[in-house]
Amino acid sequence: MTDDVFASVPQEPGAPKPDPIVVADNVHRHFGGLTAVDVKHFEVQRGAITALIGPNGAGKSTFFNLLTGFDKPQTGDWLFNGHSLKGVSPAKVARAGKVRTFQLTKALSRMTVLENMRLGASDQSGENFFVAFAKPLWKDREEEITAKAHVLLKRFKLYEKKDDYAGTLSGGQRKLLEMARALMSDPEMVMLDEPMAGVNPALTESLLDHIVQLKQEGVTVLFVEHDMHMVRRISDWVVVMAEGRIIAEGPPHTVMQNTEVQEAYLGAHMDTDLSEEGS
Amino acid sequence: MDLIYDILREAIAPTTAAFALAAIGLNFHFGLTGLLNMGQAGFMLLGMYGYAITVREGGPIWLGVIVAIACAAVFGLILGWPTLKLRGDYLAIVTIAAAEMIRYLGRSQNLNDLTGASTGIRGNDFKGSFEMLSPFPDSQVTFLVWTFHGTRSTSWWLLVVGWTLVALMLLMYWRLSKSPWGRVLKGIREDEDAVRSLGKNVYSYKMQALVIGGVIGALAGIIWALGASVQPDSMGRPTTFWIWTLLLLGGAATIFGPVLGSILFWGSLVAVKGLASLLIPETLLNTQELEPFSLTLVGITLMCLVIFRPQGILGDKKELAFND
Repeated sequence: MTDDVFASVPQEPGAPKPDPIVVADNVHRHFGGLTAVDVKHFEVQRGAITALIGPNGAGKSTFFNLLTGFDKPQTGDWLFNGHSLKGVSPAKVARAGKVRTFQLTKALSRMTVLENMRLGASDQSGENFFVAFAKPLWKDREEEITAKAHVLLKRFKLYEKKDDYAGTLSGGQRKLLEMARALMSDPEMVMLDEPMAGVNPALTESLLDHIVQLKQEGVTVLFVEHDMHMVRRISDWVVVMAEGRIIAEGPPHTVMQNTEVQEAYLGAHMDTDLSEEGS
Repeated sequence: MDLIYDILREAIAPTTAAFALAAIGLNFHFGLTGLLNMGQAGFMLLGMYGYAITVREGGPIWLGVIVAIACAAVFGLILGWPTLKLRGDYLAIVTIAAAEMIRYLGRSQNLNDLTGASTGIRGNDFKGSFEMLSPFPDSQVTFLVWTFHGTRSTSWWLLVVGWTLVALMLLMYWRLSKSPWGRVLKGIREDEDAVRSLGKNVYSYKMQALVIGGVIGALAGIIWALGASVQPDSMGRPTTFWIWTLLLLGGAATIFGPVLGSILFWGSLVAVKGLASLLIPETLLNTQELEPFSLTLVGITLMCLVIFRPQGILGDKKELAFND
């Protein structure tokens, strides 16, 4: 299905997509003299799984932070569903339907797994100070979101842990919790920052399945990842960044054959035989 | 026997209730939201001034209370506005400085007509209307083991009002901490960015917590002032640190922690002072040295408590088993 969608997309940096959910233009972020992100044009296809890869220091995480409002660029504009998110706070980005997770998992340790989940839900009138006093006003919504949390926890195999503090979970379980929590608000798009980092191999498979399932439910996924095996397994489209710029785009099986990509990962002189140099 | 009576008396005294109230306010800040407010005494002092000055100038009690609350709320907004966007430590620095500024302003000669400068405001100038409302007789009253005056200063009347207020605030803490509103605050305590990524306006919630806790601090100030007088120097840094100590002693983020902490703190202070004067001969420790000595001893005990039972008496050890 999605392969067809990408059939007409040129395999080049900044390629336009048939139905983009995110469009970014001229996003530039530098820290002092160091350019961290310099993206001319970037589009994410709706309903697909897009991987953002690149060597260490390529600016992937910074770009992620910019797109979600956690960091502000010097120049540039980016749209989500046609609306500009430039200068919009992280909270409003999330409310617009674009929810992210973090590379270093942010499970809320001294809260139970279930409370973590409930916090993820949107439209809670009880989160207003004055409404909070009158339980009858928010009791129904609380039951709704609790039921929803139970369904998600079962799906992510965390249901038995629902009354434990999130701080007692293993690294992989925290990743699962963070992903499940992000789904509580029914986002249109989730952005996963290194979902596999620190996850033990036994959990990797189930995490991959969860991400694929998201796509089947119509959620757009953009993720940053180092693990090429995972990228090849689940992504429909791969965007490669190096030194802050997008240097290549393409389907997962061919993009790694791009010489620019190989140079970015392995260095420019990878095919020079070092032993013959200097002699 | 006298010593036991003194401890029992201190345990229910209006000052103990005032400190319990101030600690409930701080529990909203620190226990629930993780805000490091190092200036709770400043909120108390503002509450005292707000009430005492309004009533002294002929205002009714309710207006005095509203002015006290408004002062604390505005103070909270001004403090929070620049600092709550920054990392937590900045709030600590700003609050400790701001509370000292309130105290120095209060004791400055320029404001003599308003605040009475360093002498403060005499109790008789503002206590009258409150004491008029007392349903208790205008004489010493003994109930069970306790003897207090019916209406004046440290009285049964103030005691009942003070502890009723404590009960109401506990009820409020209980209701709010178990609501979705409280859940957002706890989330902020654990990790602000995570809560932001879930679509909550962190800044606004931190501001709400700061103002609520500060307003409760102002109410604590009123209770304190009605039992004694308005004395800027009684609301210096040590007061803030005592509030912190008794909150940690009882257990932060627990419902009854602030109350238990306040009773134990003031009770044990009297106990240590009493025992020291009984057991240590005058030649080694004279009366002037008694107070600092007992504070030191209480301080050491509390240090041990924080080292060996960091979650406080009512806290859940499990909550501290992980730290990241």
